[in-house]
Amino acid sequence: MSATARGPRAAAPGAPLRGALATGARLGLARRLVIGLPYFWLLLFFLVPFLIVLKISLSTTALRLPPYEPLVTWAADGVMQVKLHWSNFGFVLGDELYRTALLNSIEIAGVSTLICLLIGYPMAYGIARAPSAWRNVLFLLVALPFFTSFLLRVYAWIGLLGRNGPVNDLLLALGLVDQPLQLLQTDFAVYVGMVYSYLPFMVLPLYAAIEKLDLTLLEAAADLGARPVKTFFTVTLPLTKEGIFAGCLLVFIPAVGEFVIPALLGGPDTLMIGRVVWDEFFSNRDWPIASAIAILMLVLLLGFVVLLQRLQSREGRA
Amino acid sequence: MRKLSPLVLAMLVLGFAFLYLPILAMIVYSFNASRLVTVWDAANSPTLKWYGELFANDQILEAARLSFEIAALTATGAVVLGTLAAFALVRYGAFGGRALFTGLTTAPMVLPEVITGLSLLLLFVALESMIGWPAGRGQLTTTIAHVTFTAAYVVVVVQSRLATMDRSLEEAAMDLGARPWKVFFVVTLPIIAPAIASGWLLAFILSWDDVVIASFVSGPGSTTLPMLIFSKVRLGVSPDINALATILVLIVSTVVVGLGLLLYRRERQRQREVRAAVAADSR
Amino acid sequence: MTTDSGAASRDSRPASTEAGRDTYVRIDRVTKKFGAFTAVRQVSLDIRRGEIFCLLGGSGCGKTTLLRMLAGFEQPTEGRLYIDGVDVTDVPPYERPVNMMFQSYALFPHMSVFENVAFGLKQDRVPKAEIRDRVAEMLALVQLQDYGARKPHQLSGGQRQRVALARALAKRPKLLLLDEPLGALDKKLRERTQFELVGIQEKLGVTFVIVTHDQEEAMVLGTRIGVMHAGEILQVGTPTDIYEYPTSRYVADFIGSVNLYEGRIVEDEPDHVRIEVPDMATTVYVDHGIAAPPTAEVAVAIRPEKIHITPYKPLEAENVVRGTIQEIAYLGDNSRYVVRLDTGKVVRVTRPNVYRHDERLAWDDSVWMHWHPSSIVVVTR
Repeated sequence: MSATARGPRAAAPGAPLRGALATGARLGLARRLVIGLPYFWLLLFFLVPFLIVLKISLSTTALRLPPYEPLVTWAADGVMQVKLHWSNFGFVLGDELYRTALLNSIEIAGVSTLICLLIGYPMAYGIARAPSAWRNVLFLLVALPFFTSFLLRVYAWIGLLGRNGPVNDLLLALGLVDQPLQLLQTDFAVYVGMVYSYLPFMVLPLYAAIEKLDLTLLEAAADLGARPVKTFFTVTLPLTKEGIFAGCLLVFIPAVGEFVIPALLGGPDTLMIGRVVWDEFFSNRDWPIASAIAILMLVLLLGFVVLLQRLQSREGRA
Repeated sequence: MRKLSPLVLAMLVLGFAFLYLPILAMIVYSFNASRLVTVWDAANSPTLKWYGELFANDQILEAARLSFEIAALTATGAVVLGTLAAFALVRYGAFGGRALFTGLTTAPMVLPEVITGLSLLLLFVALESMIGWPAGRGQLTTTIAHVTFTAAYVVVVVQSRLATMDRSLEEAAMDLGARPWKVFFVVTLPIIAPAIASGWLLAFILSWDDVVIASFVSGPGSTTLPMLIFSKVRLGVSPDINALATILVLIVSTVVVGLGLLLYRRERQRQREVRAAVAADSR
Repeated sequence: MTTDSGAASRDSRPASTEAGRDTYVRIDRVTKKFGAFTAVRQVSLDIRRGEIFCLLGGSGCGKTTLLRMLAGFEQPTEGRLYIDGVDVTDVPPYERPVNMMFQSYALFPHMSVFENVAFGLKQDRVPKAEIRDRVAEMLALVQLQDYGARKPHQLSGGQRQRVALARALAKRPKLLLLDEPLGALDKKLRERTQFELVGIQEKLGVTFVIVTHDQEEAMVLGTRIGVMHAGEILQVGTPTDIYEYPTSRYVADFIGSVNLYEGRIVEDEPDHVRIEVPDMATTVYVDHGIAAPPTAEVAVAIRPEKIHITPYKPLEAENVVRGTIQEIAYLGDNSRYVVRLDTGKVVRVTRPNVYRHDERLAWDDSVWMHWHPSSIVVVTR
């Protein structure tokens, strides 16, 4: 191509060049707007609120509005004084009530997640392996509760589990009990509510994982002599692990902080951390303690997410 | 298609019974004349009297109107914000502060509502004492809070659509003479429109359903429908709530099932057309 | 191609040199880097008005990046681009007098065929009536007159390809860029469409720049071919140039199949050379001069179809080697032989099956091979 080196460059006309530069500037503006607007919103309404929670968790309660002491005060001689009350965290962690609430939340969420998995896996498996005409209908039936009010679905159980509700009627009719059981306002009711509300969150990711499983793998396993049960545990289960992880995450995380279910179905001694935050805030008006609990809850959840991700990535490497 | 094993089939039946019997019971009881909801008053039932009472209850109607307004505004705001954020994440590669931005767009989904509500209330209180805005709490603060936590869901939906969109479509439009803004409105937007629509619907429903966050950030004058229901059902079952639940469940089911059916039909029609079209090459 | 100026006068290798036709696109020392990766390296290229120029190369060779720079989707890191004498390096894609046909076709799925083809004209604010006429004309050109109302998903692959072509041509661009235009079609359809594409190009006189990885496609479509490798253009020439007179080992090996052996020049005259090829245990005679310093490492390349294979010793004294048949592949129209030499190296030979009852060569037969002195290609790079 030695020929192309000859001759001066053709003169670059100014118009298209200027046009390009102007467009570049306009695109820069668009880019700033597209990133800047949501960024600003999320900083202001998501990150800043957190910092305020953190700040208040380091303050003490006061009989004023807002009901907490400012962290920074200006002494008469103009010296800035910063008072950080780490004691709130010590108080929350040391107090029997909060500790129980925290442990209880983890236990209820954990057990609910496990039950959801045990019920959800066969359901998801059944849907994924159903005749294709049925599959869409069943899928829609699992997804539908997502769209119907969470509150109303929890509410439905108040009637069912009531003293003269159908569950007790059934138990009496079957002769299993002599008099109606106290089902409402117990941990049992909370478990029922949890599993009922979060089951779809477990089934959907499991369904997605099982559905994309290559069926020929199962045939290959069978061909190589594995019985169906063995195939399930050696092929299906390991290959749908990601769905299991996702499902557990989707159930456990909101369950730990759940407020509506223990508030409506739980008894006075069903302590869950979300409910405690609510009560500290609204009933006791102790903003600093409520904030400290919120921060601890967040740390707990973050720890859980990180742990699960570690576990998953280790699985991925293995 | 292989047969499902009886065990799996039994789990399916039981699972769906578990999911749907409570809702069914609620619907049935909404026609029960007895105030004692779960005791069936065979003499006077079924009756529509609770529906009548429901529509005579100004408090409920007002709360429903407020919730609807908040949900519609929220969904619209969340779609604008969420689409912008999704665009930034998919199209602008590594910009300054991207990691924080990604975190901010996903965190609201995993955060317990109690914390979101609490932190936003504290912000609004602090803002009011600092700059006097927002003055008091009510519809505005609830809408802002709802936009913040629902936008995250819109981001997920729109992001996945944008990421799978063929970039050469936009390049083709530009190649044919359309300027960047025009490309966005004439090509990109119509193609991601279904994702934006489902994002809108999702945000609407999340806002319409929310009781916890609203309880924190809403003021005394503006009680949303879920807040009203919550305060009523804390005291136990109430027949007019059954009627309300029935109406809401039926509306939502009709919309969702209808949309699902519509999309399914369209997709099938489309696949038929694709199959018919492919045959043309072999002629 | 660039060669040592001192040796140039001695190079009597034949090559077609039809220079001096008017340049329409000039790519001037263009480099494109993506971070640390250099996709296109110092490429200079002239594309002539009205020709079909094929950029040929394997995946990742930089051919698509070069095309995208012509379209305006990528900015060169260095160098300038000229179209019809105008520097378009900084002109955005929507202001370039260039249109592109995308590999994925990129038909707007929410628009009908008519709207797709009309899209570019609409951007130029062409009056409605004229748009109608122009779109009709374009659809007639690609034989899709009755398909204006269809949506892209209602079209077959071949029809989509033609809509994409019609859309790209609707604005009557002087230069059309085509990225793997036939890549998504099956083999039969591809062969048919190749000739349609050439027919349309000849009818409209548009300059085509086609990117392809398919050498057969490049040979059929291209008036000239530029072979790219690792971001550089190795050789530019007509299909015949590229096949018969490759200038480098890479091009010789990339296009078609070839027997390539390293050698050393033992006799260097202006009208002939002899090259000692240890792999063949012989010295080959080439009937033209080579522009290379006497000590240069050269390679000889012989196409399989240019080798005669016989069970008998041929009459020729030079360019004859002996071997044993190791593999035979009967392909119907021709047969391919792999012959092992005494040195252990193999020679690939293709022989057309002219007669139904041919003298069949069999495995382990001892055979003779010879070729014409002009059949050897000597490459120095």
